[in-house]
Amino acid sequence: MLDIKRIPLPALVGIILTVLFLIAAIFAPWIAPHGNGEIVGDVWQPMSAQFWLGTDNLGRDLLSRMIYGARITIFIAVLATALSFTLGASLGFCAAVLGGWFDTLMSRFVDLLMAIPTLIFALVVLSVLPSTLVTLILVMGILDSTRVYRLSRAIAVDIEVMDFVEAAKLRGEGMRWIIFREILPNALSPLISELGLRFIYAILFLSALSFLGLGVQPPDADWGGMVKENKDGIVFGIGAALIPAAAIAMLAISVNLVADWVLNRTTSLKGGRG
Amino acid sequence: MSSPILKLVAQRIALGIVLLLAVSVLIFAGTQVLPGDVAQSILGQSATPEALANLRAELGLNDPAYIRYFHWLGGVLTGDLGTALSSGQDIATSIGGRLWNTLFLAFCAAVISVPLAILLGLLAVRYRNGWVDKLISGLALASTSFPEFFIGYLLVYFFAVKWQIFPGISTVYDGMPFLARLQAIALPAAALTLVVLAQMMRMTRAAILNVMQSAYVETAELKGLSAFSIIRKHALPNAVAPIINVVMLNLAYLIVGVVVVEVIFVYPGMGQYLVDHVAKRDVPVVQAVGLIFAAVYITLNIVADIASIVANPRLRHPK
Amino acid sequence: MADQQRKSDVLLDIRNLRIEATVYPPGEPPKDIVIVHDVSLTLKKGKVLGLIGESGAGKSTIGLSAMGYGRGGVRITGGEVILNGRDILKGGKQGLRKLRGHEVCYVAQSAAAAFNPAHRLMEQVVEATLLHGRATRAEAEKRAIKLFRALSLPDPEHIGERFPHQVSGGQLQRVMTAMALCSEPDLIVFDEPTTALDVTTQIDVLAAIKVAIQETGVAALYITHDLAVVAQVSDEIMVLRHGRLVEWGGTRQIIKEPRQEYTNALVSVHEIDHQEKKPGAAPFLSVKNVTAAYGGGDVKVLKNVSVDIFPGQTLAVVGESGSGKSTLARAVTGLLPPQQGTVTFDGRPLANRLADRPKEDLRQLQMIYQMADVAMNPRQTVGTIIGRPLEFYFGMRGRERDARVAELLDKIEMGKGFIDRYPAELSGGQKQRVCIARSLAAKPKLIICDEVTSALDPLVANGILKLLLELQAEENVAYLFITHDLATVKSIADSIAVMYRGEVVRYGPKSEVLKPPFDAYTDLLLSSVPEMEIGWLEKAIKGRRMESAGN
Repeated sequence: MLDIKRIPLPALVGIILTVLFLIAAIFAPWIAPHGNGEIVGDVWQPMSAQFWLGTDNLGRDLLSRMIYGARITIFIAVLATALSFTLGASLGFCAAVLGGWFDTLMSRFVDLLMAIPTLIFALVVLSVLPSTLVTLILVMGILDSTRVYRLSRAIAVDIEVMDFVEAAKLRGEGMRWIIFREILPNALSPLISELGLRFIYAILFLSALSFLGLGVQPPDADWGGMVKENKDGIVFGIGAALIPAAAIAMLAISVNLVADWVLNRTTSLKGGRG
Repeated sequence: MSSPILKLVAQRIALGIVLLLAVSVLIFAGTQVLPGDVAQSILGQSATPEALANLRAELGLNDPAYIRYFHWLGGVLTGDLGTALSSGQDIATSIGGRLWNTLFLAFCAAVISVPLAILLGLLAVRYRNGWVDKLISGLALASTSFPEFFIGYLLVYFFAVKWQIFPGISTVYDGMPFLARLQAIALPAAALTLVVLAQMMRMTRAAILNVMQSAYVETAELKGLSAFSIIRKHALPNAVAPIINVVMLNLAYLIVGVVVVEVIFVYPGMGQYLVDHVAKRDVPVVQAVGLIFAAVYITLNIVADIASIVANPRLRHPK
Repeated sequence: MADQQRKSDVLLDIRNLRIEATVYPPGEPPKDIVIVHDVSLTLKKGKVLGLIGESGAGKSTIGLSAMGYGRGGVRITGGEVILNGRDILKGGKQGLRKLRGHEVCYVAQSAAAAFNPAHRLMEQVVEATLLHGRATRAEAEKRAIKLFRALSLPDPEHIGERFPHQVSGGQLQRVMTAMALCSEPDLIVFDEPTTALDVTTQIDVLAAIKVAIQETGVAALYITHDLAVVAQVSDEIMVLRHGRLVEWGGTRQIIKEPRQEYTNALVSVHEIDHQEKKPGAAPFLSVKNVTAAYGGGDVKVLKNVSVDIFPGQTLAVVGESGSGKSTLARAVTGLLPPQQGTVTFDGRPLANRLADRPKEDLRQLQMIYQMADVAMNPRQTVGTIIGRPLEFYFGMRGRERDARVAELLDKIEMGKGFIDRYPAELSGGQKQRVCIARSLAAKPKLIICDEVTSALDPLVANGILKLLLELQAEENVAYLFITHDLATVKSIADSIAVMYRGEVVRYGPKSEVLKPPFDAYTDLLLSSVPEMEIGWLEKAIKGRRMESAGN
């Protein structure tokens, strides 16, 4: 089915990098040369054979911290994305198919939530909520589900007015057949590519929150938190903070490349096999 | 300018006001969901029940939520934003200078990024599928993937530490000479510009391309008009509204970017102020600043809508 | 001397034109395909050449090549285009720019899209004239007003002050013709200028264009898929297919004595001999005094409509856009519950709302749509599409179902091999056939056909009509056939209802409806359908004038 030679180079690079990041996240304790909170050397040692990426602001091995950071970053982002998708897509589809007051109410509420920049609203809410992982995932997932809601509603509305859905209604098909057999298969490919974008957004959003000191709390650290820990070194010419920042960028680009490819591949099929 | 336009614009503004009110409710409600309350957070866990009760009464926390909301809203509308719990200072006074700093920073970033984005967007359309175009879509990919602090610290690392051209920390004070101020904010402004530039370019390109592919541009081409005249006479009048739309949306995005960028450069603006007080759980400050950010964001969106209403010839010249 | 004379008479001489385009098939590297294969043509000054063919024939591409223009990545890769004695393909960009809007002008299919919404009409009409220095602004505007009058536009003095969206589609098409004529070109390329218009509007625009061509003596390439239309305006006709020349000759010869089989097929496409069946004793479906509206009752689109359908017969509902003919279908199916009136089926009233109808009623009423590609789920195979009604209504499963699907595929003249195909892998005609099979699978008494042939090329549409008639004979199914095309009506109907602004203005057996005396609207409608007759246009217009003088 999927011929590796036919995958364009950018997508291939994206897939390989994404997989590497995932492996690092899943097998962190086995891969990392040192423990997550273990102080192994001096503060901000340069890169060396012993510490491939140097040490951080407390003398911990940066490479090990990065690997554990990948774990926590990806873990939170995956859960938040899953939450935003389940919530947004199911509500969006229901709104499109049911219409009426449910649609109006949901859509107005989402308009309202989206009238406030996400980061600002997250800050407002986080100012009163306890700083735990659960809070973080809930806030990220719910706020981001507004975008998924809008997209899936728009897609479903577009499909809902097509003649083939009308034909199914005229045949007398029930709601289940119409949603799962007529609408969903046609909504899948844009939703999958959106899944990639939402995941990137979750990573960036989490990093921004942690960078501002409002995300993952020490001694644990995601990549954004590691930037915060090491940012004071920058003015002394120590680039330790740039490494986790670059890792975020790299992961985001990789997923972007994959999502781009998925979108192009599925749209060019125009509903044929695949 | 005839009446349907005025009517639509008035409608849009009215809708914006309603939205703003709803947002104020939402922000107020968002800070009420906490277990525990403001009195607890001021006095800490070890406070005696009497002290808590006294403070609650003093802050009016015993009133029902909607009364406190209207009290707060009344204050906001009359310019009284309350006092900060952490420092006891008047919030409106603390915000004054910071708001100006933030707007100045955002304005500088906009002045650079908007014309640059439009120009580059036009170039991308002109040399479509050429290397300029590919470079721009590559940059757009990078910019949607780079966290703001990566861009910010890269700039600091090179321009402030390695080459020492600009300061890495943007200190500004009252009565600072204009040029010195500009030099101080050079790096944060550059970071903000980079954050929004690529996205704005890409969207401008799409807006112009959409117009360039319409049938009336083909008509103009078949009249023998030069490429330049086609863009000036036929594409631009129709592309203005979508471009304004793109610009406004990205300026709204700038508002968000400003929060992180101010923290990176320790710039005394609204974003820094907000983040500091979120950490201190200083609810009145968070509410006030959140509302101001939301108001700016909503205003920009309304301006975008109004621009597209005004630029639509069907509405300007009704049947 | 005579030879010299003849040469200088030639305005446009296209030699061995070859046009290519790059296509991007999914999952394959892009490749170049040839869309016009070495076509040659000549056009004398002041003459009109009709280019005719089905979609994909390359007619628009050839027309635009006279302006050295390739639309959407199309490239002229070979041959010469000699206009006024010089090869325009060798003149470079500057040369082309000087020629466009000056020597050659263009009239597009959709004037509504071709005018810039941001400028007033006059500004756009005189633009090319001023650009090429053909006249001063005052002269150009005077000429434009004269042309507006010649094209019988209302209020010619002031129509130029309006914006495109303030003028109707038929009028815009005429303004676009004025725009093309304003710079006094030698040649105009008309690209399907009347295709998007209603039939009664088309005749006015067609007549206006013909008069304007005659008065100004301009030469024209007239591109269309409708042979009857092109026969009215052109001196010669060129038939194209798949980018190749099929036949080229005088208009009379092409429509009266076609030499090629393909041309003959195009000429005789509408001639299906259909014997009208006499209405039976009792209709099985009657629509009684139905009134329906959109938007909560404010916009009445059906007013007091009553029609009957007899078993195994076809009722054709004819009307222009906005006549309410498709709304009638929606009311019958229950998608738009009527405000007043009833639909009775087999002697009992049908529930107004779709949701209230039992499965058995739904099975008896099936529907086929205009756009077959959106009427089928692109993610389902032909087997699933046709098999679902079998499963749903008759509980057929597995081998029994597959056997029946194969049988149905056979009925629509498609083989078993199509069972696993997706709609995207079918041609336009095949898609519509699958839709027909899907509706037949339910073994209905009535199939509603909503403009089922309008989106198809004439020959394909003809095949579909023949298939529908055969199936009617075999299965004794009735059709409610909705169309704007009177020619189709003649081929398929047993009785006819003519609709105008939501009302049935004429109704009865085909022979009676099509027999004079006519009411005013039916007369207008009938007299507007182009016939494959030289001189039909003049006769039709004259008939109308006399009538309006008589009234």
